[in-house]
Amino acid sequence: MFSYCADPSTLEGLTWLSCYLTIGKQISFYLSFFTVLALLAITAPTALAFGFGGAMLARSRIGPLAVLGKGYIAIVRGVPDIAFFLFFVIALDQAFEYLRHKVKCPDWEEPIRQGNDFIVCQAAKLPLGNAPQWVHETYGFFLAVLTFAIVFGAFAANVLYGAMRAVPKAQLETAEAYGMSQRQTFWRILVPQMWVYALPGLSNLWMVLIKATPLLFLLGVEDIVYWARELGGTKSPRFTDYPHGDWRMWYFLVLLVFYLAFTKVSEVVLDRIMKRLTHGQATAGGEAQRKAAA
Amino acid sequence: MKKLLMTTTVLAIAASAAMADSVVRMGTEGAYAPWNFINDAGEIDGFERELGDELCARADLECEWVTNEWDSIIPNLVSGNYDTIIAGMSVTDERDEVIDFTQAYTPPDPSVFLAMDSGLDVTSGVIAAQTATIQAAFVANAGWTLIEFATPEETVAAVRNGEADAVLADQSYLATFDGQDGMVILDRMEQIGGGVGMGIRESDGELRETFNAAIQSMKDDGSLNALIEKWEVSSTWQ
Repeated sequence: MFSYCADPSTLEGLTWLSCYLTIGKQISFYLSFFTVLALLAITAPTALAFGFGGAMLARSRIGPLAVLGKGYIAIVRGVPDIAFFLFFVIALDQAFEYLRHKVKCPDWEEPIRQGNDFIVCQAAKLPLGNAPQWVHETYGFFLAVLTFAIVFGAFAANVLYGAMRAVPKAQLETAEAYGMSQRQTFWRILVPQMWVYALPGLSNLWMVLIKATPLLFLLGVEDIVYWARELGGTKSPRFTDYPHGDWRMWYFLVLLVFYLAFTKVSEVVLDRIMKRLTHGQATAGGEAQRKAAA
Repeated sequence: MKKLLMTTTVLAIAASAAMADSVVRMGTEGAYAPWNFINDAGEIDGFERELGDELCARADLECEWVTNEWDSIIPNLVSGNYDTIIAGMSVTDERDEVIDFTQAYTPPDPSVFLAMDSGLDVTSGVIAAQTATIQAAFVANAGWTLIEFATPEETVAAVRNGEADAVLADQSYLATFDGQDGMVILDRMEQIGGGVGMGIRESDGELRETFNAAIQSMKDDGSLNALIEKWEVSSTWQ
């Protein structure tokens, strides 16, 4: 990147380091931090939406819907994460391609499964076989988001389901006495009050989600763990201008600092949200806030 | 004249459609220098990068490179995420049951041990090998103590920190570590594997034949041997 980097073998100390830290590979490492942050930023609201949907289904009065919601919560929570991430993603990808194949190539005669091979027509490939590499990577990223959202959505659904039941019944009865319909009671009384009960559980999930992002790597997304491992590995002078020994410890130390800092920031923010949500609530926390102000 | 023009246009469109369909995605590991690795610029480089690009040029194919974990490199091929595996993969009967191979592009070479102690008796030592490699299968079959790792890097690190007594891998890979941190390559060699070939889906016979022909043409004009010598990956073809 800098002009003095032309021959790194002659450099030493900080100049060498400044060259080393700006090679293309390192830049990919820095960018992968944004991949992780983007994943969190997209996954968290999506998982919350899945959770909200799951909780609403689970407390539905229509039998089959309630079974569907409770089934989703029970099954996804029961399957080990690693199994989910290894098999589900390939299955999900194949399911999408299978559906597209049925729609786009109705007169295809060969079987889709030939021995071990999974073959759909070219037009049904997802992404198309001739799509540029970034499309493939983006597709992989969103498959990852969807998988994370489904897994964490199930946990969030359980948390929200519990939180909805924790709202004092007297509140709901009062709403009914005022003549609110069921829907109005749900959206105006129940939902605004349930967050304070849900937040401890949801904040746990958020912390777990932050630490689960290295699973991205299992899904073929080149995340910070992939690059830390790749960059930290021993580099022989035959294949690089910047040979070094086994530096994985230092790279993983950077990851440790990143994750610790990130969870610390999260804790501070979550504490603030909790304070705000507690305000005016009929809970011990709300009562304490009221007394402190008075 | 007009008709002629029309025909050429249609031909051109058909040709471009055919071209567009013929992007071949080449799957590799990117962690096994000198066969394949990520260079300073963050691109895939190495013997197989150069070989693959040349094969694609000869076969008139448009090729794109993809990295994938070694562990799941075969499942992702059969489910269609890429079209070939070109990752220093030895041709074995077990793998041949799941996927097909082109003809070998490097001859079978012995595997070697890298250890801290040059007088080590490997039969009683703890041997490290990468998961799902011919070397791991060999050590397991021989009944020695085996520890497996997901990446080649970790197998060597295990010897360096004493977790394993020796690592068994391809000579070309371990050669770069010989003499480093007091590690040496042992005299004992194991004759395993049947040469390295490209993995192709069993249903993709046409692609396999295309690459077979391209590999043959590189063998015939000596350019394959030149490439093998340049990257020092194996012995050359006679």
